[in-house]
Amino acid sequence: MPSWILLIVLAAAALWIISAYNGLVSLKNQTLNAFRQIDVQLKRRHDLIPNLVNAVRGAMNFEKGTLEAVIQARNQAVTVNAAGPAAVKQISRAENALSGALSRLMVVVEQYPQLKATGNIGQLQEELTSTENKVAFARQLYNDTATQYNTKQQQFPTALVAGLAKAQPADLWEIEDKAERDVPQVDLGLTPVPPLRIAERGSGGEAK
Amino acid sequence: MTDEASLNLFQQQELNRRRTTWLLAVFVLFFAWLGFGGDYIYALYTAHGPPAAQHHVWWFGFLMLAVGAGLAAYAYRTGPEKVLWATGAEEVVDPVDDKQKQLVNVVEEMAIAAGVPRPRIWLVPDDDPNAFATGTDPQHAHVAVTQGLLDLCSRDELQAVVGHELGHVKNLDVRLMTTLAALVGAVVLMRDGTNRIFWSRGSGGGSRKKGDLGPLVLVLLVVWILSWILAPIITQLLAVAVSRKREYLADAMGAQFTRNPLALASALQKIEAADMPTTHIKSGAAHMCIADPLGRRLTAREGLLADVLATHPPMAKRVAILKGMGYAQLKKEGGVATP
Repeated sequence: MPSWILLIVLAAAALWIISAYNGLVSLKNQTLNAFRQIDVQLKRRHDLIPNLVNAVRGAMNFEKGTLEAVIQARNQAVTVNAAGPAAVKQISRAENALSGALSRLMVVVEQYPQLKATGNIGQLQEELTSTENKVAFARQLYNDTATQYNTKQQQFPTALVAGLAKAQPADLWEIEDKAERDVPQVDLGLTPVPPLRIAERGSGGEAK
Repeated sequence: MTDEASLNLFQQQELNRRRTTWLLAVFVLFFAWLGFGGDYIYALYTAHGPPAAQHHVWWFGFLMLAVGAGLAAYAYRTGPEKVLWATGAEEVVDPVDDKQKQLVNVVEEMAIAAGVPRPRIWLVPDDDPNAFATGTDPQHAHVAVTQGLLDLCSRDELQAVVGHELGHVKNLDVRLMTTLAALVGAVVLMRDGTNRIFWSRGSGGGSRKKGDLGPLVLVLLVVWILSWILAPIITQLLAVAVSRKREYLADAMGAQFTRNPLALASALQKIEAADMPTTHIKSGAAHMCIADPLGRRLTAREGLLADVLATHPPMAKRVAILKGMGYAQLKKEGGVATP
């Protein structure tokens, strides 16, 4: 009897499965691609840090701790990074630690105008800001794409073909720990700037 | 054309692709009308004369069709170059100073945020702050800012403006708007050329006897001549209609890329405050800029007149929308709004 109706329904179902499947695969690849973007930017950042450290090292004997923290965090991040996309969580933790250490260093640099005036610190600072932004934006794109991918594979009816497309929820890049972004305490061994500004910035902690 | 802002990115891109195709098709058809219409009128005009003098081959129609198609293809292919050339923009290849280096960095950052390849970067030597994007697709895109914008804006504001422009790039607004700019340029050029021909002909051949012109021929002739005259105005109105709604959308996309709507709001306010015309950007490309380069007061308010003539939505409204986004974001993060 109405076998042609059945045929149409089957054809429509097949078309829908194909389009849903392709949609998932495309999102998966976008997610992977976005992750690679982060990786590229992280490498850039790791390469930039030695330059930065060398540029400030001479003038910053007094801030050994801050500098050391950056170097250590950087080396840690490079090691973890070799693990690849499987270890999103570990990588993001290591990179967040590095972000924290770097921002602390930059605040310290801000406190010493003569340091900024000498050499190419200003340019390095711009480079660093840009690199940090690139990491942040790559991460943002990855998180947005991964969220879209995760939502799609969990939503009905696309969830029905998620198994077929071998869709797995992608790990999101962890949001930075708030404590890490806190303003660092500045070692006042040199008191190079009017202390007023430091007092303002360092409120809420034990300044030595 | 209902609620364009509610469409997703792919629908936006599709809409822009389709509109560009339509625009080109209408352009070619219009040329065909000018050509074949002229032929038809001439054929009617000569129909009563001796057979040898009758107009049989419609060479003018085919010529105009070829010219129209050629112009459309040329405009589409070279649109971005022409727009950049017309504004006198210079490409930033090796940044010469810190500000240019910052611009390059900011564009790279925003390209990452938008998930598009890094566009080519251009600098317009003009003291008025403004910016525009051009290109046919994200793989062949250009972002241009004026020297004034570079001098006036902070890093965050520059980033917001570039984010707005990459919004235009990503949803393929650039394709439609660039094609339109190139076509407007072509039509204006054509008008200037034909005006000269018409005037020189008009003085010489005016003494012809017109007794055998039927009313139909007369009407056709009037319509035909009117479309020659109106073409440039119509294309410019089209440019206006097509660009206004897009600014809100690009503002929103820029804010999505930077996650910092307040920076764009403050950049727009600065651009608005520095209200002198951007002399390097002519009216043909006005609809592509982040703010009206002609400094027209029409953009100051919304209303019928502004709806018909302004290429940009009122700045106050754009700023208000962005601030709304910004405060909503701050509230969510539990921060304090700092106006």
